[in-house]
Parts: sequence; C-alpha cells; structure tokens
Amino acid sequence: MAFKTPKKLVIGAIIAVTSVGGMAFAAGGGVMGDYKMKHPDWSFNGAFGTYDRAAAQRGYQVYREVCAACHSLKYVAFRHLGDEGAPFYLEDFPNPSDNPYVKNFAADWSVEDIDSETGDIIERTGIPADYFPPIFPNDAAARASNGGSLPPDLSSMVKARSNGADYLYNLLTAYDSPKPAGLEITPGLHWNPVMEGGKIAMANPLSDELVTYEPTEMMDYGELKLVDPPVATVEQMASDLTQFLAWTADPKLEQRKSIGLMTIIYLLILSVLLFFSYKRVWRNVEH
Amino acid sequence: MSGPSTYEPKYAAAKWMDQRLPIIRMGADFMTFPSPRNLNYWYTFGGILALCLVVQIISGVILAMHYVADVDKAFASVQRIRRDVPFGWLLQSMHAVGASMFFLAVYMHMFRGLYYGSYKAPREVIWILGCAIYLVMMATAFLGYTLPWGQMSFWGATVITGFFSAVPIVGESLQQWLLGGYAVDNATLQRFFALHYLLPFVIAALVGLHVWALHHVGQNNPIGISEKTKEDTLAFHPFYTVKDAFAIAVFLVIFAIFLFYLPDALGHADNYIEADAMKTPPHIVPEWYFLPFYAILRAVPDKLAGILLMIGAIAVLFVLPWLDTHKVRSMRFRPVARWFFLIFIVMCFILGWCGAGTPDNVAIKLGSKMVDGVKVDSGITFYRLSQISTIYYFAYFLIILPVLGLIEKPIKRPDSITKAVLGDGKRGAALAPAE
Amino acid sequence: MSESSTMPADTDVEDSSKRDFIFLATGATAAAGVAAVGWPLVAQMGKAADTLAAGSIEIDLTKIAQGQQLKMLWRGKPVFVRHRTAAEIEKAAAADPADLKDPQTDEERLTPDTSGNLRPEFLVMVGVCTHFGCVPVGEAGEFDGWYCPCHASHYDTSGRIRKGPAPKNMAIPPYSFVTDSVIKVG
Repeated sequence: MAFKTPKKLVIGAIIAVTSVGGMAFAAGGGVMGDYKMKHPDWSFNGAFGTYDRAAAQRGYQVYREVCAACHSLKYVAFRHLGDEGAPFYLEDFPNPSDNPYVKNFAADWSVEDIDSETGDIIERTGIPADYFPPIFPNDAAARASNGGSLPPDLSSMVKARSNGADYLYNLLTAYDSPKPAGLEITPGLHWNPVMEGGKIAMANPLSDELVTYEPTEMMDYGELKLVDPPVATVEQMASDLTQFLAWTADPKLEQRKSIGLMTIIYLLILSVLLFFSYKRVWRNVEH
Repeated sequence: MSGPSTYEPKYAAAKWMDQRLPIIRMGADFMTFPSPRNLNYWYTFGGILALCLVVQIISGVILAMHYVADVDKAFASVQRIRRDVPFGWLLQSMHAVGASMFFLAVYMHMFRGLYYGSYKAPREVIWILGCAIYLVMMATAFLGYTLPWGQMSFWGATVITGFFSAVPIVGESLQQWLLGGYAVDNATLQRFFALHYLLPFVIAALVGLHVWALHHVGQNNPIGISEKTKEDTLAFHPFYTVKDAFAIAVFLVIFAIFLFYLPDALGHADNYIEADAMKTPPHIVPEWYFLPFYAILRAVPDKLAGILLMIGAIAVLFVLPWLDTHKVRSMRFRPVARWFFLIFIVMCFILGWCGAGTPDNVAIKLGSKMVDGVKVDSGITFYRLSQISTIYYFAYFLIILPVLGLIEKPIKRPDSITKAVLGDGKRGAALAPAE
Repeated sequence: MSESSTMPADTDVEDSSKRDFIFLATGATAAAGVAAVGWPLVAQMGKAADTLAAGSIEIDLTKIAQGQQLKMLWRGKPVFVRHRTAAEIEKAAAADPADLKDPQTDEERLTPDTSGNLRPEFLVMVGVCTHFGCVPVGEAGEFDGWYCPCHASHYDTSGRIRKGPAPKNMAIPPYSFVTDSVIKVG
C-alpha cells in the first residue's frame, strides 16, 4: 500500500515533466524543399558523451582559417582552449595560460590595445588572457563588408538554435541540395534549405580540401603520437567545426555530466535511505 | 488544529528565552503540530515548494553577485558566469531550471488543492494567499527571464509590458511608465532587476502567512473530513518530516536530471542570442509555465478582451471558494465533479499545447483539402482548440462547480479519518503509536 | 533519539539498533549532501577564471629617468618602479637589518636580471602600505623613502618599514627581467 502511492507519484511526475518538455520541443522550425535533416551521432550526445578532442582541434583550425574571416567568437578567451574539458587541455598544464597550444594560438592573433604611455590604439600579439578579437570594428562595419548582413558571433551558436549541432552541420553541408522550383533567390542571398525561408546571406564557405589538416598530436599512454588526419571533405570539416563550436557553446559539458552522474547516484541512495527511514517511522501506524 | 502548546522548556536558559521570545516554543509547536494521519504524497508538495523557494533565493543572491544589470553588459555577464565564475555554470543552470521546477511543484500543489477541496471553509484565506503567492511567482519569473538579455528576454518583456498598453486611454503612458522609456531599454532592465530581487522576499512573507493560516485552521486531508479526535492525527515530526524528506529526494532526482542532462530543454534557444531591438525572433513563445495563459490570451481576436480573459483566468482562482458551494470537500466523494476535474486537467494541458503552437496551424488533423492546387491538412486549428479549452476552463469554475454544488449527490463518506483508515474493522491496537 | 517515544512498545533490542542504524545512515548521508552543496556556494565567491588569467604587465625601464618613479596598476594594486639615485641606494644599503622591524637587506629585495646581476637602481614593489592598504607618498617621510599619510608609517628608500604602525616592508611582486631593460610583473 505504501509502495503504491510513491509509484503513482513518480509516474505522475514523469508524465508531467515529459509533457511539459514535449511542449517546449513542439515549437521548432521546418526545413525547405525535399531536404532531409541529417542527424550525425555526435560524440557529446547522451548522458556520458564527451567532446572528440581531435575533431574539435581540427574544428578550431577550420574556424581560424575559414569562419574567422567574418565571424567573431567574442565570449571565448584563448585560455579557454586549454581549460579542463577543452580541445587543447593538457594535464601537465592545469593553468591554461601556460599551455603551449594556448600560447601559440594567442600569439597567432593580433589584439587591439592601448599604449599605456602614449594612449594610442595599438595592435599587439595576443596573450592567453585575451578574448578572441572582433573581426570587424563594429556592427556597421560588419554589415558594410557583408552586403548588409551581420555575421553572427559564434560563441554560443550551437545553443542559439534548437538542436544546434545538427542545425550547424546541415547548414554547412546543404548548399548543394536541389532548390525547389519557383523559389526566387534575391541577388546577394544564397539557397540553403536549413535556413528559415531557404535563403542565407553567407555563400557556401566550405569546399573539399579547403583546409589542410595536419596530423594531430595525441598522448597515448604517456607517449606522444601523431594521428593521421582524415580527408578534409566538406562533411568532415562541418563535423569538426560543429565539435569545436559545440564546445565553445557549452564548455562545461563534461564537468556538468560527471558531477550530474555523482549527484544523481547520491540522490538515489538518499531516496532509498529515506524510504526505509519512512517505513521504519510509519511501521505499525495505520494511515 | 493548533491546540494549546505542549512545549515545556527543559533548561533554565531555554526557560529564560521562552519568557522573552518564545521562538523555541514556536519551533517545537511546529514539529509537534498534529497533522491528519491520512495525508498522501500529493501533500508533500508544500515542503517541496519551500525547498524550491530556498534554492531560488540562494542561487539568485549568488547570481546577483556576478550579474551586471546594464544593457551593454548583461548578456556578457551571464556568459562570464557560465564560463569563468567558479561553479557559475551550475548555479546559473540551477536558477533557470529551478524556476521551472518551482512551477511544476506549484501546479501539482494547486491541482491537489482543487481536487481535495482545500480552498473550502475554513481554508479560504489559505487558498487566497496561495493564489497571491502564485501571482507574485509569475511576476518574479517574468522579471527574471528578462535579465539574461537574450532575444526572448527582450521580446518577452516587450510583449508582456505591451499588455498594459491595452488599457483604454492611459494604456500607452502606463506602458512607458513601466518601461521608463519608449521601449524596453536600460531603465527597464535595471528596474526589473531591482524588482526581481525584491519579490522573492515578498513571496517568502506570503508563504509565512500561508503557513500561519494553515496552522491556525489545520490541514485538509484526502477525505476532506476534519480531524475529530486525537486518534485522527499524528505529530508532524517524525511522521511527515520523513515523508516530506523522501518526496523531496525523489523530486530532486527529477530536478537533477534536468539540471545536469537537459539544462536547455525547458528554455528557448533564442535566449542564447543577445537582445536585438531591430529583429524579432520568428516564434515568440513564453516559458512553458505561462503557455496555458498565453493560449487564453490568443483565444480571442481582440487585444483588450484577450488580456481581460487572461487576467480573469487567474482572478477566478481567487474567488473559487465562493464558486464551489458543495458541502463535501474532497472529490473522492463527488462522483460527478471528479470527472469534470479530470477533464479540467486535460484542458489545462491542451491550453499549454495551444500556447506553444502557431494559432493557424492544424492541431488535430481530420483530413486534407485542396487550396489553390496544393494539398493542405484540415482539421481543428490551435486557435479553435484554444477557444474550446478556454471556454471549458471558465465554465469549470463559473458554471460546472456552482451547479454541481446545488445538485450533486455525494457518495457515502466515512465518519472520521480514523474510520477511513481502518475501515469498519476495529484494529485499534495498530492505530496509535504507543505514548 | 526523541522519536523513540512515539514508537510502539514491542520494539526489541535488535530491532531498535537496526532502526538507529537506518536513521543514522540517512542523517549522515543527508548531512554529507548538504556539505557538498555548500562547497560551490562558497567557491563561487573565489577568483573567477578571467580574474586569475588577467595576468602580467611589462614595463620598459629605459623610460624611467633616474630619481623618477613609475606607477602601474597590477592586479588592481599600484606597482612602483623607482629608478633610484646613488644616494638612495647608498642609504638603503647602509641600514643594518638587525635594527629593522621587518629585517631584510636591500639586496634581498631585488631580483637579478637576465645575466644574473642585481640592478640596485631599479626598485620594484607593490605600492601598498602594509598597515591598512593605503598608497604611500614617494620621497617623503623621515627616511626619505615613502610616507603613508593614513596612519603615519615611514618607509626607507628600499621600501622597508622604519617607523609607524605598519608591520612589514612593502611587498615585492613576482617579477623577472625579459631583457636587460624590460621587466615583466606577474
């Protein structure tokens, strides 16, 4: 008898929660034409999913060499690349500012600063504490250089679209899909079935072998190994970039899931203990 | 019911304190408060809600230490909380998911009150205070949703404050007074932050009154028959503390699943885009807990009427004790009313569904037809469906319950809680904990 | 436990020890959980990652003429870089550490440059009085070093406390010579 009621409660709660969740999911955009959304099996999906380091590292290269021509990443600092759970994390460098990858990447960018003596605006090489610099000095300049459209910041892009990882991957790989007859594309815009209305200002940014992937350095049982890179097809680059931008959008994903697992195990144990305490207290008491 | 206090200070210091400020007595009386012995798990949501309020206040005060209420910095400050503040990602998520959990629990609590007739005499004031808490909660949630300064924050604030512009004659001035400008801007954000910080403490005060009133008249129970003898009750501690604690732990498991594995499932992707006054997101949808009211708002094609209807949907709750005139509290003994109640719950869910849908889209497909040579679905649109469920929502309170109050014949009820627990057999030995 | 009084009387000894164990285990588990939740609530007030990373500054020593002092903000506090005169260096070296409140020689307060030599003409220190954190005034006080106007602490030309309520010498920040003429603080 006592068992029945909590079960009902739990079932009721689950029904309520799922229906509520269902409502939230119900609102989603459709795609244009006959395009079928692809749903890659992302390594970071699921309760135990983590980022694919090698892919995210290549994704950084794609961002640096392709996307960064127009898109900023203003909420991400170079040091973030070396944080725990980040693509370039190294156990030997718990302080990400000391991480050699981070230092190199930072030095690869130039950052605007003010000369402390003259007060002039100067360009200096980046340091790990710097954030990824803006690509255009301001929104107006960005629009002027991009036919009136503003290239969005990519820091949280994967979270800023519903089912963002799939969205991004499909957006980048769907340019060549057949355009429905009768759809007029305004000059300056491009056909893309994943975009709302099928029109996008960004021209197809990727083409096969656009980026030359270098072998990735990976630590394998304490030994530094070079892993051969995959062929830089459009799909591969889109997938790698998605891994990287999934990380920039949710850098604490791995921490979140591991703390979550411990928390839920703890709560289940506590629930069981409390249930037995409850049974003890209520034993022989009719209710 | 609260009888005379049974607390007796054991130590001289406790006695000294008791004569000056009987705070220990208050706590002791709270713990020994006689509660009906037949409370089921639906009665644990009060304790769960108390925890929700504490979680929101603690995480909220912490977030306020890191948040910047300035249109140029608000979005970035939330990003900083999520990326750089130690455990900021956890606390920010906890606060956002916690709001949803709070509403989930409050709806369970309210449905329980509706089913067991907890709003009926002598508990009208408890119910009204509860409705007031719910109202302030909605205001707090709305104000809080503006603070991250994402697209949904901005446009949600624009749309909701737009409600005030529907007031005849003074509407526009009223809206602009609320906003502190011509549109949602820095002045709005700063006052929303100030009020969002203030209102939870108003809620806490109202909760104090809610619990005070509850302890004055005593708890309702699933059979709705008041406690008659001492046998009908058990001390709050340890019987209900341990039961509430167990329910809280189970509730926290659900909370944790959302917090750690589905942190964005209840939110909206557009809020990860910084507010842009030049561009409205394609689908503006409120948070799930407002969806039923949003559907009611859109159920009539008139701005002012929609708003009045939505306000009415909440206002009707306040007067419910005088609408449901049936003398039997619990619907367990009202065979007709319980069916109407069940339909009412389904209608609330349908309203929520309609709130999420696009009004002109077909919700229930009944067939298809040719329009200009293109085959399109035909059937009941969300708009029509929201009208049907809105009518039922109001009919339930304004027609069904008052009419049933006059005509419904209740089934046979037990004489007392003790009889209900034991049936007619006398298993008296097992009834009372040995004293 | 107080609830034992509300338990049925037929409880035997074994039974009650089992009950106590359940309650103890539950209580201990709950207490551990509360403690674990407490940690993030405390830790969030610590230095955030961006604060920790906002790191180092570089200072070009050639820009400071002899007898002048450069003030720069580092980690929210002023850092003094003083190009000392020969007289100041001499004065600083002359003091007997044994007489000092916070015994330290002038040399101990210097960091060697890239070739391993001390450069006594450049004194680098955190310009914060060790009493209650005010910023002392330069070329002032009874020892011609620094003088803190808040509570009258006198520092010598090496930044050591000589008179007044401050307990310690002004702190030397972690710094190193990048080249012979550029130092990096932090």
